[in-house]
Amino acid sequence: MSKKLFISGDEAVAIGTKLSRPNVISAYPITPQTVTVERLSEMVESGELKAEYMHVESEHSAMSAAMGVSAVGARAFTATSSQGLLYMAEGLHYASGGRYPIVMMNANRSLALPWSIYGDQRDSLSLLDSGWIQVYVEDAQEALDMIIQAYKIAENKDVLTPFMVNLDGFVLTHTYELVEIPEQEKVDKFLPPFQTPNKMSFEEPKNMAFSTTPADNLEYKYQQNRAMLNSIDVINDVDKEFGDKFDRYYGGMVQEYRCDDADVVIFTLGSITGTVRMIVDKLRDEGKKVGLLKIRYMRPFPEKEIIKLAGKVKAIGVVEKDISFGYEGTVYTNVNSALSKLDNAPLSLDFLCGMGGRDVSKSDIYNMFISLFKAVNGEKQKRVQFINMGVETDE
Amino acid sequence: MNNTDIKRITPKNITDKEFFYGHKACAGCGGSLAVRLALKVLGERTFAVLPAGCMSAVGFIYPQMAFVNNAIISTFPGAASMASGISVGARALGLKDYKTVVFAGDGGTADIGIQALSGAIDRNEDIIYVCYDNEAYMNTGIQKSGLTPYGTKTTTTPAGKNIHGAQTFKKNLFEIMAAHEIAYAATASVGYPQDYIDKINKAKHTKGTSFIHVYATCPTGWGIPTEIAIQIAKEAVDSGLFYLAEYQNRNFKLNKNPKSFFPVKDYLLKQSRFKHLTDNDIKIIEQQRDEKWEYMRKHWN
Amino acid sequence: MNRPKVQKYVKPKHIDDYPVGPQFTAGFLAETNAGWRTFRPIIDKNLCINCLRCYIVCPDGVIFKSENKVDVDYDYCKGCGVCAHECPVNAIKMVKEELL
Ligand SMILES: Cc1ncc(C[n+]2csc(CCOP(=O)(O)OP(=O)(O)O)c2C)c(N)n1
Ligand code: SF4
Ligand SMILES: [Mg+2]
Repeated sequence: MSKKLFISGDEAVAIGTKLSRPNVISAYPITPQTVTVERLSEMVESGELKAEYMHVESEHSAMSAAMGVSAVGARAFTATSSQGLLYMAEGLHYASGGRYPIVMMNANRSLALPWSIYGDQRDSLSLLDSGWIQVYVEDAQEALDMIIQAYKIAENKDVLTPFMVNLDGFVLTHTYELVEIPEQEKVDKFLPPFQTPNKMSFEEPKNMAFSTTPADNLEYKYQQNRAMLNSIDVINDVDKEFGDKFDRYYGGMVQEYRCDDADVVIFTLGSITGTVRMIVDKLRDEGKKVGLLKIRYMRPFPEKEIIKLAGKVKAIGVVEKDISFGYEGTVYTNVNSALSKLDNAPLSLDFLCGMGGRDVSKSDIYNMFISLFKAVNGEKQKRVQFINMGVETDE
Repeated sequence: MNNTDIKRITPKNITDKEFFYGHKACAGCGGSLAVRLALKVLGERTFAVLPAGCMSAVGFIYPQMAFVNNAIISTFPGAASMASGISVGARALGLKDYKTVVFAGDGGTADIGIQALSGAIDRNEDIIYVCYDNEAYMNTGIQKSGLTPYGTKTTTTPAGKNIHGAQTFKKNLFEIMAAHEIAYAATASVGYPQDYIDKINKAKHTKGTSFIHVYATCPTGWGIPTEIAIQIAKEAVDSGLFYLAEYQNRNFKLNKNPKSFFPVKDYLLKQSRFKHLTDNDIKIIEQQRDEKWEYMRKHWN
Repeated sequence: MNRPKVQKYVKPKHIDDYPVGPQFTAGFLAETNAGWRTFRPIIDKNLCINCLRCYIVCPDGVIFKSENKVDVDYDYCKGCGVCAHECPVNAIKMVKEELL
């Protein structure tokens, strides 16, 4: 029988990792990821997890070692956050180009300067182009489940692409929830041992991670992009198979909530989804036709799902914890790129919030919906809104 | 294993197999000889890791794959950590009887890769790290590295009226490695190939991390005719500007302690990278050499 | 086989003909290096004392043992001249290619 434990998001990731039976963990500590690597170290020490734990001296080496592990056909896990993620940036592109299906947990945290250990999503979103599959989870249960799913998706022979599981720093990593722990036996049936043609062995020696001339480079990049696109079907299939086996379905690329006849929908990423869901319920009780779309994957991007929903609504609000300086939020840019494929796209607003750990309250979310309704009614609204500025800005 | 138990590998009994073949290194490249000989000693059950640098650039240009054994290019700073991952990953899979070796340049080792290397030695990873030292960033067009000697003309240390090439001395790479109390460390030169083979062989039979710093001619970057590639690497040792030494069990040992040195000037002025040096520059180089030898002779024997 | 030989490389026609990821058969040589050479080492087997000095110092590994003497794989010799320079008995001559 599966059991339930009251654990934090970081701990849920550690347990999900243990259940996935990685061969090697190489990681470097950084707040708020630390609890994950501490728990994994304890599991290795106790023998509960039969894996090698490599005490690398940096995140760059954590990723570099993980690639070495994967290059001999072993299963690798690493975890990081913020500055650490940026420090491994070279390795992120290298791992995806090398087609090493490494799984990594990233605790979403603000980037210096100014220093801040609090959560936002600028770290992973600034590496959207690094060729990693990126999922954003909402709670500890999803975090645990997604580590297991991540290996299954990343290691699929048509995908072979590394996978980043993103958890909002503190809000998720350090909040305790009741989490159901799948049974090891069932996980073993769901997730077979890692197999790949893309490895070095003495039976079939390889020269790997080579250089190409312009005559072949584009083909490898095409192949990489195709693999990422292939992952869309795999993500949806794996979600279904996981749901059938473990009774928890997440919807694959996105998860809709009360969108059916909605006029106004808010798009979310990560832990803020829970708050938005509550406000949707409240507004529905008031008779307002509102809904929520939880974007689960930022890469590959759920373009199809967004277009399908957007064709039926009047306004979309994107709530995101990041900004691309000099423009707008990155999620917003991506959403609008999808919307541009519609003849009659709904209007859209960008709500930038939660950066560097700034609070986002229920009433903030409520006001976002109000702003969207005003826009629908022809009242001019700022396209890009900074939520909860503490001072006047003369704008 | 006791060093005397290791069967010596000689030109007569070394394997006929070639593992680094058909590569695109310049004619006379000492780095490629260092890679070739090491792989002949280590054998086919070897994973080779090469960071960005000449040896990776000339060895893996798709579809020309010059390594007969398993080989992989790492990021420029990440050779030691990728090799660690390979060594540990293979062990985790239950693989037995294999070696993991790095071939990295002086820049990839003494500069950008030194952090990952220090970490690997600290963890005492079961890897052999070979630094082929051609005394500059050759692959990017001969720029100064932390192992570029005093006075060297490179493309970032031009020799002009005001400054006569590089103004810093070589980092004490071998001693930095030894300071980690590494399982085995040695210096070598492609000018003394048998000594180099012996040291690779010793590294092969050492458990834990081994480090070998091998002096490796670059005719292109040094401005010499290709045929003297081996001779010049020998003269570097004979002139005392490079030295052959080992470190094991907290002991340093000088393998070669010549009574008199080959003239520094004769070694330097054969190479266009040193052609501009004045007598005074050469005096500074000799003085530095003498201080180093005084120290080594006093402490290392 | 002690050293790889040049093989016929067929350039992929379809994207699926490419390997999955940048990895390929170890030791696959699609071309020779013979075109690099301006001078060719010619070994005088009568003079050769089989000391194997040239074999050890060749950066390209193109010298191989053959019937108690040495021989050269001209497909991959770049003509650097190290062998001739290092030979203790001057058994190797470097001869200009176009004179051959
Ligand atoms: C992070 C990073 N910085 C810079 C480079 C550019 N780069 C590639 S090879 C190289 C020089 C290598 O020098 P060295 O390690 O001495 O090897 P050599 O080319 O001399 O054999 C440099 C600077 C790179 N590939 N990656
Ligand atoms: S530039 Fe120097 S080190 Fe690089 S391949 Fe040529 S000879 Fe070798
Ligand atoms: Mg160099």
